[in-house]
Amino acid sequence: MTSVQFPGAESPARDHHLPIGGVQIAVHEWGDEHADPLFLVHGGFDFGRTYDEFAPRLARAGWRVITWDQRGHGDSEHAALYGWDADIRDAIGVMSHFTRKPAPVVGHSKGGALMIQLADAQPFRFSHLVNLDGLPSKRPMADLAEHERTRMMGSDIAGWLDHRRTTATAQRKAGTLEELAQRRAKMNPRLPIEWLRYLVTVGAREDADGWRWKLDPSMRFGGFGPWRPEWTATRLPGLGMPFLGVLAGQQEPMGWGTLPHQIQPQVPTGGRLEVMHELGHFVHIEQPATMATMILEFLERGR
Amino acid sequence: MSTEFLTHNKVQLALHRLRDGSGRALLLLHGLGEQSPATSPEWAQAWPGPVFALDFTGHGTSTVPMGGGYSAETMLADADIALAHVGEATVVGRGLGAYVALMLAGARPELVRGAVLCDGPGLWGGSTGPTSTSFHSVDPPYDAPDPNALIDLSRDLRPPDYAALFVRLALEHAGAADPIAVAAIVRPPWLAAAVGEVGVVTCSLADALELYTP
Repeated sequence: MTSVQFPGAESPARDHHLPIGGVQIAVHEWGDEHADPLFLVHGGFDFGRTYDEFAPRLARAGWRVITWDQRGHGDSEHAALYGWDADIRDAIGVMSHFTRKPAPVVGHSKGGALMIQLADAQPFRFSHLVNLDGLPSKRPMADLAEHERTRMMGSDIAGWLDHRRTTATAQRKAGTLEELAQRRAKMNPRLPIEWLRYLVTVGAREDADGWRWKLDPSMRFGGFGPWRPEWTATRLPGLGMPFLGVLAGQQEPMGWGTLPHQIQPQVPTGGRLEVMHELGHFVHIEQPATMATMILEFLERGR
Repeated sequence: MSTEFLTHNKVQLALHRLRDGSGRALLLLHGLGEQSPATSPEWAQAWPGPVFALDFTGHGTSTVPMGGGYSAETMLADADIALAHVGEATVVGRGLGAYVALMLAGARPELVRGAVLCDGPGLWGGSTGPTSTSFHSVDPPYDAPDPNALIDLSRDLRPPDYAALFVRLALEHAGAADPIAVAAIVRPPWLAAAVGEVGVVTCSLADALELYTP
């Protein structure tokens, strides 16, 4: 088994699976299993072990840090169907397994947006909500005539359907460990290549013909649907639990391009928005110590 | 009736050939919680081509997957898999199937020669924008119709402008002047928006079939 070390990264103390609605969800934990739970929720096309460096810092402060691989990601089962609501139901299944009491939840990117919706629908599950660069805003639209926009949408939809016709036999592309790390570097250009090599060893599997990311090959970037990103922000002002939002100042491929002035008016009463001007979308990976300290100080209020 | 199973990702979709014929196929899409009819409906008797009916994922004899995660867009992909199999078709949808038929007409205008939208279960869908609707889980085992499908597809968002987009896509690329026929009496907001678009006619199911008969 190939092993790559990264300074500060620690394998989870406990790895196991939970059957949520019949789908096997992989759960990873750091810290004392009798401590109070704190949930970390990863972003789209990521996996729970992307918290290998960040989570231990929270665990050392006395939390039982729990994360899970969303269906189709990491070590969780590849499901037949994927959807936003299904991800939220899976989250409820995992969280309910560990506690019925309000607990702090930290969500990154899509994980943050999922948790905003769950916090609005089921606030009793949250003692605190931290959102790490998962605050969507209205997407800037290209300066196109309406019929051009319609045509582009038609081509997106046909492309997605073409992809669905091939998913039954699709496989992720195999490569060397270095090739997978370099591929990921295109999406994570601000992260050290040593970290990306480490991620390959925990987020990919080594087959006879090379490494493949474990992510379900039926998933792909893009897609379409009726949801508008800015609708997520409409849930923010009504949240009643302590809220900390962190917005990255540096734009990069996986980021959402949200600007502070788009979110500040939506921050709930008593909530806080921190803008990390020098950091990109993966704020907690670029600066794990800074982000852990910020979150732990935030959680001390009301613990 | 004969049944073929088509693969859509990890799901086996049951596509029933209800009747033989020559020429363009008629593809029937059922409503939410329903399944394909066992025989070709009387109203389709005059149709010259073969008549097919698809069981959506989690319905009829198609696979009932674990854990839900249904969306109208995935049902669209189900219908697209069937369309790839039957070729050029006129599509008749009931309820949820009507919404999917509209989407299919916009997504594959070169293959859909008329979509007929009829009343039926799942015609309304969910809201037109964000809500505080909560979440409910049903533990397995699941039988058809999958309870997760009933939950997920009765709350899927259907903004009117999203539906209108599919009409415009259908009109832009379709050969027919009126690629969408609305036979439904009930008009939820998405359908009312579709009716307001150029390229949509309102008429009875019988008239719509006559309109699209090759």
